[in-house]
Amino acid sequence: MSVTTDWQKSAYISSQAADARVNVELETEGMTLNIGPQHPATHGTLRIVVRLDGEQVVWADPVPGYMHRGHEKLCEVRKYPQVNTLVNRIDWLGSFANEVPFILAAEQLMGIEAPPRAQYIRTIFFEMSRIANIALFLGDMGVQLGAITPVFYAFRDREHVLNLIESATGGRFHPNYDRVGGLKEDLPKGWIDEAKDVMNRVRRFCDELEQLLVGNEIFQKRTRGIGVITPAVALDYGLSGANLRASGVDWDLRRDSESPLAWKHADWKVWTHPDGDSFARYWVRLQETREAAIIIDQLLDSLPAGPIMAKVPVKIKVPEGEAYVETENPLGAMGFYLVSKGDLSPFRVKIRTPSFNNISICPWLLKGVFVPDIITILASLYFILGDIDR
Amino acid sequence: MADETLTADAADAPEEVEVDSARAAVVEALGAQFGDAIVDSHIAKGDLWVRVAPASWAAVVRFCKDVLGFRFFDFLSGLDWLNNPDLSGEKVWDLDAEPTVAEPRILDRGYTGGDTRFQVFCRLINIDTHVGVTLKVDVDEAAPHLDTIVPIFAGADWHERETWEMFGFIFDGHPGLRHLYLPGAFEGFPLRKDFPLLSREIRPWPGLVDKEPMPGENVPESAAEGSLPDGADAALPKDEPKDEPKDEPKDEPKDEPKDEEDSA
Repeated sequence: MSVTTDWQKSAYISSQAADARVNVELETEGMTLNIGPQHPATHGTLRIVVRLDGEQVVWADPVPGYMHRGHEKLCEVRKYPQVNTLVNRIDWLGSFANEVPFILAAEQLMGIEAPPRAQYIRTIFFEMSRIANIALFLGDMGVQLGAITPVFYAFRDREHVLNLIESATGGRFHPNYDRVGGLKEDLPKGWIDEAKDVMNRVRRFCDELEQLLVGNEIFQKRTRGIGVITPAVALDYGLSGANLRASGVDWDLRRDSESPLAWKHADWKVWTHPDGDSFARYWVRLQETREAAIIIDQLLDSLPAGPIMAKVPVKIKVPEGEAYVETENPLGAMGFYLVSKGDLSPFRVKIRTPSFNNISICPWLLKGVFVPDIITILASLYFILGDIDR
Repeated sequence: MADETLTADAADAPEEVEVDSARAAVVEALGAQFGDAIVDSHIAKGDLWVRVAPASWAAVVRFCKDVLGFRFFDFLSGLDWLNNPDLSGEKVWDLDAEPTVAEPRILDRGYTGGDTRFQVFCRLINIDTHVGVTLKVDVDEAAPHLDTIVPIFAGADWHERETWEMFGFIFDGHPGLRHLYLPGAFEGFPLRKDFPLLSREIRPWPGLVDKEPMPGENVPESAAEGSLPDGADAALPKDEPKDEPKDEPKDEPKDEPKDEEDSA
C-alpha cells in the first residue's frame, strides 16, 4: 500500500501546477503574509505564515507555541489530585472532558473502578462539556464566514449548560470535579429536571442553527468543497473527532474503545459524512451536539443509585506501570500516557491532544487554497489553542 | 436478574480472550517478519507494547501500517528513564549542599525494558480491529539518532519536531527539524529529567510554607518551625521561610491540591 507516497506526489504535482498557472497567466508576485498571532480568526494565539502567489497559498506554516505552558513537565512535580487541576486548562471550553482520561489512566494502574453512579455522572458531564465546547464552534463558524447572529445564539444557550455544570461542580470553566475512584460530590437536588429542560433547549438550538446556517446558500458556497481531506490522509495525520468522521471514517472512541464510562448504556449514533470538506465537519459537529443531548437524556433517566466514590486511600499512590487511556473528547481523541514509578506524582505524562494533530495537517491542507478559504478551513478544523500548546 | 448477569458474563468473557489473541497475533506477525528486531513485547489490560531494535524502527512502523493495518497515527514522543531529581515534588532545595544529581539512578524502563536512558515511543491504532499498539525503541544517549517515520505517517512531522526540541533526539531524514513550541534561541531539552524546573527549585513548594496540621494530627516539629501562627499578625514574617529555605527540613507530603499557576 503506497497511499502516502501517492498523495504526497499528487499534492506536490498539484501545488506545482497551481504555482505555474498563477505565475504564467497573471504574472503575480510572491508575498509572505503573516496571520496572527493575534487574529480574530485564529481562536487564540496561533500564528500562520503563508506564502502567497496572488490570492493562492503556495505554502503555509502554522507557528504554535505562544501559549505553551509545559503541562507535561509540570505533571511530573505534582501529585495526582493536583494534576487534575492542571489538565483542566488544556481544552478550556470542555474542561471536564480533559480530566476523565487522566483519571481513568490512574484508575487503571491502581486497579480500582468508580461505582456505576459515578460513571454515569461522569458521562453526563463529559457530554455536557461536549455541548459547551461545540456549541461555541457552531456559532463561531458563522462569525468566521460573516454571519454574526449565530454566535449570540451559541453563547446564550451554552450559558445554560455552563450553569448546570457550575451548579453541580462549583466551577463554570474548570470544574475539577473528577477524582481518582469517583467524583467530588453528588448531584444537587432538582438538578436532573433542570438538566432535561436544558437538553431540550440544546436541541432547539441545534434546530435553529440548522435553519439559520446549514441551509444558507452563502454558507454552503463558502464551505462546500473547501478543505477536502481524504480518509487516508486524515488517518496519516492522526486527525480525530469530527474532523475524522467528516472524512467518512467511522471511528468513535466512545463506541469503539472499552471505556468504563456509560456510553454503552445509551442508544445513540455515530455520525459520519462522506465529503470531508468544511461543510461536512460543521454538519457532523451539529449532529454530535444533538446526539450528546440524546445521550444525556437517556443517562439521566437510567441514572443508578449508589455511592459516587470507590474506596480509595487518602494518599493516592499509583503503582508502577504504564497505561494509555484515550477518550473521545469534544475536539477529538485525547489521551494520557501515564508512566508511574509508584510515587505520589507521575513519572511521565504524555498528553496526546486532538488539536495538535488536527492542526498539523494545515501545511498540507492549506496548499493551493485561496486566502478567504484559510479562514474557513481553520474555523472548520476547530482547535483550541490550549489544546495545541499544552 | 441472575440470568442477566450470567449472560453478561458469558458475553464478556470470550470477547476479552478474542481481543488478547488479536494482540498476540500482532506480536506473532511482527516476530515472524523481523525476528530478533522485535526485542520484547508485553500484553496487559487490553493493551500492547512492543519494543523494537533501533535499526529496524522505520521498517517496523511501515510494516505495521501497510501489512498489519495500523493506519491511524496517534502520537509519537520520548521517554527519559533517568530518575526524577525530586520525587515528591516538595523537596526544599539546599543551595549550599553538594548536588545530589551526581548519582543518577535509572529504575527499570517500563513494561518492555530497555538498554538506554532514552526511548522513543509511538502509538498506532488499527481502526478495523480496534487494537492499539505502543511501539518503543531505544535511543542512544551519546548519539541520539533515529530514523524518521514522516515518509510513512505524514502526521509524525510535528510530533518528531516536538520530541526533538523537548528531548534532543535527532530524527534522520526529517524534512525540517525546526523549533515548534520553543523560541529559536532556547537552550536545553526541557523534558529531559536533568533539565531543572527552576520555578520549583528556587522557591519551596507552597504546601510547605503554609502547611497546617490535619485535624487530630500532632503538629510535626518541622511544621511548627516553618509555618506561621494563624491570624492577621502572620502577614509580616510571612517571607521568612522563603528567605532561608534550607533551614526547613524535608516534610512529609501533603495531599490537598494547590494549583498555583493558573494559565487560563
